[in-house]
Amino acid sequence: MSFLDVKDLKIHFPTDDGLVKSVDGLSFGVERGKTLGIVGESGSGKSVTSQSILGLHKGGRARLSGEIWLDGEELIEASTEHVRSLRGKKMAMIFQDPLSSMHPYYTVGQQIIEAYRIHNDVSKQVARKHAIDMLGRVGIPEPAKRVDSYPHEFSGGMRQRAMIAMALSCDPELLIADEPTTALDVTVQAQILDLMRDLQREFNSALIIITHDLGVVAELSDDILVMYGGKCVEYGTAEDVFYRPEHPYTWGLLGSMPRLDREPTERLLPIKGSPPSLINVPPGCAFHPRCPYAERTGDRATTEVPALAETEGGHLVRCHMSREERRGLWENEIKPVLETQ
Amino acid sequence: MSENEPLLSVQNMEKHFPVTKGLFKRQVGAVKAVDGISFEVFKGETLGLVGESGCGKSTTGRLVTRLLEPTAGKIVFEGEDISHMSQGRLRPLRRDMQMIFQDPYSSLNPRHTVGAIVGAPFRIQGVKTENGVKKAVQDILELVGLSPEHYNRYPHEFSGGQRQRIGIARTLALKPKLIIADEPVSALDVSIQAQVVNLLEDLQKELDLTYVVIAHDLSVVRHISDRVAVMYLGKIVEIADRKRLYSAPMHPYTNALMSAVPVPDPKVRRDRERIRLKGDVPSPLNPPPACRFHTRCWKAQEICKKVEPPLAEMVGGHQVACHFPENAPEVPTAESAAKTG
Ligand SMILES: Nc1ncnc2c1ncn2[C@@H]1O[C@H](COP(=O)(O)OP(=O)(O)OP(=O)(O)O)[C@@H](O)[C@H]1O
Ligand SMILES: Nc1ncnc2c1ncn2[C@@H]1O[C@H](COP(=O)(O)OP(=O)(O)OP(=O)(O)O)[C@@H](O)[C@H]1O
Ligand code: SF4
Ligand code: SF4
Ligand SMILES: [Mg+2]
Ligand SMILES: [Mg+2]
Repeated sequence: MSFLDVKDLKIHFPTDDGLVKSVDGLSFGVERGKTLGIVGESGSGKSVTSQSILGLHKGGRARLSGEIWLDGEELIEASTEHVRSLRGKKMAMIFQDPLSSMHPYYTVGQQIIEAYRIHNDVSKQVARKHAIDMLGRVGIPEPAKRVDSYPHEFSGGMRQRAMIAMALSCDPELLIADEPTTALDVTVQAQILDLMRDLQREFNSALIIITHDLGVVAELSDDILVMYGGKCVEYGTAEDVFYRPEHPYTWGLLGSMPRLDREPTERLLPIKGSPPSLINVPPGCAFHPRCPYAERTGDRATTEVPALAETEGGHLVRCHMSREERRGLWENEIKPVLETQ
Repeated sequence: MSENEPLLSVQNMEKHFPVTKGLFKRQVGAVKAVDGISFEVFKGETLGLVGESGCGKSTTGRLVTRLLEPTAGKIVFEGEDISHMSQGRLRPLRRDMQMIFQDPYSSLNPRHTVGAIVGAPFRIQGVKTENGVKKAVQDILELVGLSPEHYNRYPHEFSGGQRQRIGIARTLALKPKLIIADEPVSALDVSIQAQVVNLLEDLQKELDLTYVVIAHDLSVVRHISDRVAVMYLGKIVEIADRKRLYSAPMHPYTNALMSAVPVPDPKVRRDRERIRLKGDVPSPLNPPPACRFHTRCWKAQEICKKVEPPLAEMVGGHQVACHFPENAPEVPTAESAAKTG
């Protein structure tokens, strides 16, 4: 069993419009010292998944099922208090918007100190020294001074760094970063990504990075999970997903993205249509209304949900086409077009 | 194309927003959002405008479309100086210059039907149409890939990409000559971004449009632009045709920006040498003197803090504002000397 092991996770929200199947049977694992990247379009269930690991949907409207094992302990059945007590030291989260997870009326230092003292029986002085240390580590200039600043006195990049300092202050074994750099400028994003990579190596934590930016995933991830409509459609090593992708949705993502590392193409290759509604997920393969190869799988595309099946060595794909057919398409039709980019 | 008269020509354009304090709104400073920039846009081309948050891209767009009035400098559209033209006199010109906004959610009035939104420009400008406004609107809807049946529907019934199409349809209604698109795709999912980028390119060909595309995403800008201008803290630091700019960037900031873009290729991350800028972008309230980039530039020398480098042409249309440019030709060629002279 992996350090984090998620099995058949389902998170459904009853709403006035119907049941929202935000996450619908998701399984994955992450080891200590490794990074899992989760990619997918807006609304595909990425954030809901990570929130549920931290127990943020406990006691709410959400209907949760499945298993979440963290270091041998199951969290879905565990009490809310117990899961809460694990936050900080066992697992921590970095959010997209630092302001939403920092308290505006307390200084950055006070917030780190408090978080640290929950899990460490130390004096305020010691905790303050630790907070200054952490702020310095994440690259805040003059940390001994800035420790007494309020969040709004920081720039966006500094706030994000302060939140990382806060999340890492108790040396969490699992760190989840949900779009940690989406709101940042590209030069600051590069600094933050470097920082996360270095700190993860040093602390040997398990890292989950959630993003819609394939560049960011490629920079950090060992393994990648591609989500579509609340389900995993492809899972594999970074090399599997970037060099040997087998799902038409993954191909579509790669073709949609202009790249700086290749000659520009005349046209991008978008995916037609728009992401599915999670209330009325298309029957059969959820991707079929947008899939250029749907006809190849005939009636099955619209009537039967494809299984997430292994294609080779831990590389999983959810598609009715045969392995040979997918590989043939990738080699002969998709890859040549993408590589002229 | 440099033979033609430019469609738009901007000379030493400035916009300083006053910062006031106290009961009597005493002015205590100014945000130098745009601080003396010059560029030209030629008929049929796409000029890309890139730079990090707060560097003045949107302000530039609002100035040239005269949603804002410049503090100093000149804006010439089709040979006519519009810098301080009254709103009344600008009105007929508004047909020729249109702006597409970033947010497809807030830029459409939720209480108006698609037909009313796209048809509004006809009514406001009192334009006569051959077969009535409705037919004209339905034609435009088809042009942007929506269906004529969408005429009576409301914005909330559409996805993000479709809403951006509605926004584009509205700007196209009066067959403008120049379109300023401010982050037209940054709020959209990757797969939808590609649809909108392709649409903008198709429309340009079909309707002979000229674009200024503002974006922070360097890959999108490269894909769509013929020439690209890079902004930093209210200044243009480099401008060149896209091929030159991306293959041999001269300004250290441009180099840093490009090297910060995450590459969607897991092999590349392991052995890529990258330029890491320190710190964040300084405040435009108190920009650093002389070269504004010197506080973050690894090549900075004494002179950079004392003398502002002018935006000067180095080779064939490639202008850069730096005392020590990268990728500079050994000696200026006769051609470039003649052009700058
Ligand atoms: N509390 C809730 N009640 C009802 N539906 C919800 C709730 N939280 C999330 N959802 C729905 O679940 C789906 C998945 O949401 P989620 O936030 O996980 O998407 P995401 O993949 O993180 O998207 P994004 O890239 O936009 O952040 C969405 O359709 C969302 O509307
Ligand atoms: N009306 C205003 N009053 C005062 N300051 C303003 C005003 N509009 C813009 N600014 C300031 O001018 C600077 C440039 O803003 P602008 O919106 O042009 O930047 P931008 O390059 O478009 O940034 P972004 O990528 O974040 O959209 C910023 O510091 C901004 O805060
Ligand atoms: S199962 Fe059919 S519709 Fe779904 S991704 Fe595969 S080919 Fe496309
Ligand atoms: S002028 Fe000096 S500080 Fe400015 S970009 Fe060039 S080398 Fe750097
Ligand atoms: Mg999310
Ligand atoms: Mg802007």
